[in-house]
Amino acid sequence: MAERLYIASRKGLMTYEQTGNVWRHVATAFLGSPVSMVLVSPDHRTLFAALNFGHFGTKLHRSTDGGTTWTELQAPQFPKQDGGEKDEKAPAVNAIWAMEWADPAKPGTLWIGTAPAALFHSADNGDTWTLNEGLWNLPTRKKWFGGGTVDTALHSICVDPRDAKRVAVAVSCGGVTLTEDGGKTWTVAGQGLRAEFMPPDKQFDPDIQDAHLMVQCPADPKVYWIQHHNGIFRSTDDLKSWHEITTAPVSKFGFAVAVHPQDPSTAWFAPAQKDEHRYPVDGKIVVQRTRDGGETFDVLRAGLPQENAFDLIYRHGLVVDRTGQRLAMGSTTGAVWTSDNGGEAWSLLSAHLPPVYALRFV
Amino acid sequence: MANVFFTAHLKSVAPDGAIVVDGHNVAEALRHVFGRYPMLRGYVLDDQDRLRLHIAVFVDGEHVRKNMLDHPLRPDSELYIMQALSGG
Repeated sequence: MAERLYIASRKGLMTYEQTGNVWRHVATAFLGSPVSMVLVSPDHRTLFAALNFGHFGTKLHRSTDGGTTWTELQAPQFPKQDGGEKDEKAPAVNAIWAMEWADPAKPGTLWIGTAPAALFHSADNGDTWTLNEGLWNLPTRKKWFGGGTVDTALHSICVDPRDAKRVAVAVSCGGVTLTEDGGKTWTVAGQGLRAEFMPPDKQFDPDIQDAHLMVQCPADPKVYWIQHHNGIFRSTDDLKSWHEITTAPVSKFGFAVAVHPQDPSTAWFAPAQKDEHRYPVDGKIVVQRTRDGGETFDVLRAGLPQENAFDLIYRHGLVVDRTGQRLAMGSTTGAVWTSDNGGEAWSLLSAHLPPVYALRFV
Repeated sequence: MANVFFTAHLKSVAPDGAIVVDGHNVAEALRHVFGRYPMLRGYVLDDQDRLRLHIAVFVDGEHVRKNMLDHPLRPDSELYIMQALSGG
C-alpha cells in the first residue's frame, strides 16, 4: 500500500500519496473548514477528522470508505451540569487537540484529548463519547492553567504498545499524567520537568509543566521525549523521572518532537526563537536531530529555506513514518516538506497550503 | 407558533427555509427544532446548553443582545438564528 500523508489544515484535510519519489495530491475534504486533527486506520479505510468552527463549535466526522464519504458524529461533550446554562465557568469542549486509537486489539476504541484539557473515550468507533472522570477529577487538575490559549489543552496521548491500559497524557500547562488501569486511576508522572516561567520555588512542580508535545518510542516504550516550553526532556525509565537535555544547538524552544520508531535515542525537533517572538532562529528553517539520546545534535537544513523564513512548526506538524526514514514537516505559513532519509535532505511538497495544524503518515 | 430561520451557513444541519414550531421563548422554540434536527443543536448551543458566543439572535426585527434564550416569542414571531460577524 502506498504511503499517504494526511494534512489537517486551516482550510481542509488534504491527502497526498507517494509514488516512487513523488508525492501527489489525491483528495481534499472539508474544503474551507479548519481541521484540527486527523486519525487514520492502518488500511486507510477509517478516518476521523476534527473540525473546529469558530462560530459553531467543535465537530467530529468519520469516514469508513477511505475518505470518499463522511458522516458527522456527535462530538465529545462535557456532561451537562445542573444550572450549567447559566454558569459561564461550566466546561464546554472548545477544540479537539489529540486523537489516538485506544487499543489495537479492540478496533473502534479511541481516545480524544480536548481544550479545556480533558480525555474522552469511545468504545463504538466514535458514535458515543464518555468523559474520563478519573482524570477530570484528579485533585492536581485544579493547578493546571492555559499555555498558548486561555484554555488548558490535552495534546498528547501515548498508548503503551506493551499494554493499552497504560496511557500517558500531556497537558499545557499540566505536565504528564499516567494511568495503568485503562483510565480508572491516574498518577502524576512529571518528576524532573522544569518550568522557567514559574517562580523559583515552583519550577519543578510537576503539575504545571508546559509540555508542548510528548511522544513514546514504539520499539522501546519505556523511553519518552518531550518538547517543553523551555526545553527538551527525556524519560528512559517508564516515566519515573525526566531529565533535561541542554545540548540543542539552535534553540531549546519549539513545539514539535518526533521519535524514531525503532531507535529510542533518535528524535527530531523543529526549533524556533524562544518564546515571546516565535519565528525560525535567524530566519532559517532547520531540524535538530539527535541520535545519541540528546548528548549531541545534528542541525539539518538541506532543502529547507535559509533566509527570511517565518514558518513555525506547530506541535503536531512534524512526523516520522514507521520506517524511521520518512519525515514530513508542515508550517504555519502553509509549507510542507518531506524527507526520505531521516531528515538529511528535505523536498518541498507545497509552499501554498493553508496553515498546517497536524500531519499523519499512514 | 413561531417561524424560525437559520443562517445559510448551517444549511447542512438545519431546516431548508422556515420551520414553524411552538414555543413561548427562544429556548422553547429551539428545543422543538432540535427535536427534528438533532445535529443542529451542537452548532447553536454548547455542552451546557448556552448559546454559542458567536450566534446572533433576531426576534421580529430586533437584534436580541441579552438573555437571548429567555426572550419571549409571540404566536406569529419570526426568529432568525444568524452567524455573528465576530470570531471565527
